[in-house]
Amino acid sequence: MTLRKRIFSSAPYLLLVISVVPILAGYFWLLISSFATRTEGLLPVGGLTLKNWSFLRETPFGLNYPSIWRVTLNTFLVAAFMTIVVVLVSSLAGYALSRLNFPGRRQFLSLTLILHAFPSVTLLIGIFFVLRTLNLYNTVIGVGLVMVGFEMPFGIWLMKGFFDNVSWDMERAALIDGASRLQVWWQIIIPTLKPGIAALSIFAFVSGWNAWLIPKTFTIGAGQQATLSVYLQNFQGEATAVDWGAVTAVGLFQLIPVALFFIFTQDLLLSIYAGGAKGGA
Amino acid sequence: MKVKLENLTKRWGKVVGVEAVNLEIKDGEFVVFLGPSGCGKTTTLLMVAGIYKPSAGTIRFDDRVVNEVGPKDRNIGMVFQSYALYPHMTVMQNISYPLRLMKTPKSEMIERSQGVADMMGIGNLMDRKPAFLSGGQQQRVALGRALVKEPELLLFDEPLSNLDARLRLSMRSEIKRLQIDLGITSIYVTHDQVEAMTMADRIAVMKDGQLHAYDTPEEVYNRPRTLFIGQFIGNPPMNLLTVDVSKTNGTFHAQADDLDMIVSAARSEKAAEKNRVTLGIRPEDIKIGEKGIVGEIFGVETFGRDHLIEVVIGDNHIFVLADPELRLKSGSNVQIEINPEKVQFFDRSSEKSLLWN
Repeated sequence: MTLRKRIFSSAPYLLLVISVVPILAGYFWLLISSFATRTEGLLPVGGLTLKNWSFLRETPFGLNYPSIWRVTLNTFLVAAFMTIVVVLVSSLAGYALSRLNFPGRRQFLSLTLILHAFPSVTLLIGIFFVLRTLNLYNTVIGVGLVMVGFEMPFGIWLMKGFFDNVSWDMERAALIDGASRLQVWWQIIIPTLKPGIAALSIFAFVSGWNAWLIPKTFTIGAGQQATLSVYLQNFQGEATAVDWGAVTAVGLFQLIPVALFFIFTQDLLLSIYAGGAKGGA
Repeated sequence: MKVKLENLTKRWGKVVGVEAVNLEIKDGEFVVFLGPSGCGKTTTLLMVAGIYKPSAGTIRFDDRVVNEVGPKDRNIGMVFQSYALYPHMTVMQNISYPLRLMKTPKSEMIERSQGVADMMGIGNLMDRKPAFLSGGQQQRVALGRALVKEPELLLFDEPLSNLDARLRLSMRSEIKRLQIDLGITSIYVTHDQVEAMTMADRIAVMKDGQLHAYDTPEEVYNRPRTLFIGQFIGNPPMNLLTVDVSKTNGTFHAQADDLDMIVSAARSEKAAEKNRVTLGIRPEDIKIGEKGIVGEIFGVETFGRDHLIEVVIGDNHIFVLADPELRLKSGSNVQIEINPEKVQFFDRSSEKSLLWN
């Protein structure tokens, strides 16, 4: 290979590396500054410290505030609740919308699409009244339900798309083999859609884990019902100066599970765009 | 098991899929539904399978009306064009799936599945997933899955269309032999008339949702009751000419522009009463000879055993099967002679045969 060819063939990689550097630098700064008293640029000033991570042991805002572990649990509950409900309901609804012919099917589909495109901010006040009436304001379950509601249209459309790609013949074959509709769904179709379901689960989990607007709106301050994103905001309180060291440490703490998730599941996530299900089959 | 379709009809709103089909299939018979795409043959099959509900008419298995019986309670097996194997299951799991749903004891399930797989020649592939099988092997798995529960009726929906030509031939005879051995009543849907001719005990020719003919392959081939059947069955297809049939000095002549053919008296009675009729003659029933009508060769297609010669006479293009030894070349003149006993006549407006109705 000539030098010229080498340069040409490595050019795309070089471009990719260059474009990724700022992003990596951001993460690097996050890591450094969570262990530093102060940073100048990317360099720590005044030595390294574990002080920023003290929130793991004690609550930084006094006893009235929940511990980080309680908040993490809340966040996990919201995200897990959301994942389970969204996946279960979307995969049933998606199947019905893809396969069954019932009156109002088209209207239902367009309505969900409109809901998906609807700016959620405009609904916040209405939802507040609903939650208060149902005594669900300032509860993890209330936040979870609202989150599910906003995620559902996306989930339903995604799953409908996956079901659309499953051949009718396979379903008919199963019916003739002696399966009931529910058995067809559970034993034949769902297993072939595993990549799609996994991808939807991850999307739902991450969007629950990172949610800020809805938990912030429907819980009080950084109380016992707070999630990580809301909790994080307390460090930027108006009364005291912002403790950037602590902010980065909590941010990093929140990031870890999501980052791990992405690293181990990126193949599945990519398959969501490939139209799903057919992979390897 | 006998199958009887009475006035079977399927409509979607105003769209008619199948219109008042009547036919009876005898126990152990192999019936082929033949027709171009969109003719309603697969729709009919899916109604027999219980996937579609008929809009009108009845389906009887023996004497039992099964219109309202779900597919799983009809005791049928079906093979699809796309194989429709379950991609997440191994060959063993695919074949044993119907038994698993019937809650067959595990040891019996494995034994019967293995037995069917051995019969299909895929007994050594039981642990593979469908993705790791060739098309022919996948089709065998699909066939095995259809057979494992010992169905009373087998349905085939163009099962060989996705296979390459060679494999199609061998699978064709294999399916036919299997059907004869097992004696299972079978319905086989195809658009391939060669498949239909070679496999069927009886062929049901369909077009636009209607049943055009239901008879043995020989009958359908030799006595086409409509123009469509004449055209559709036979390869290369039948030549069609618009002619006037008249009787002079006791012989019947079929005439068109530059053509004058002597045709069988027995076949021409009805045609002579009409003004103009459609004459049909198959390429193999025309001879290239020393006498007859003169035409120019327009094209020569090599078929291997035969050559298909396109002869132009006036405005008419006539296809003739000829011996390659004749070494015919485009542009040269030839004389063609039709076999007067093999002509078909069809009414021009109703397209019905003037011989067999």
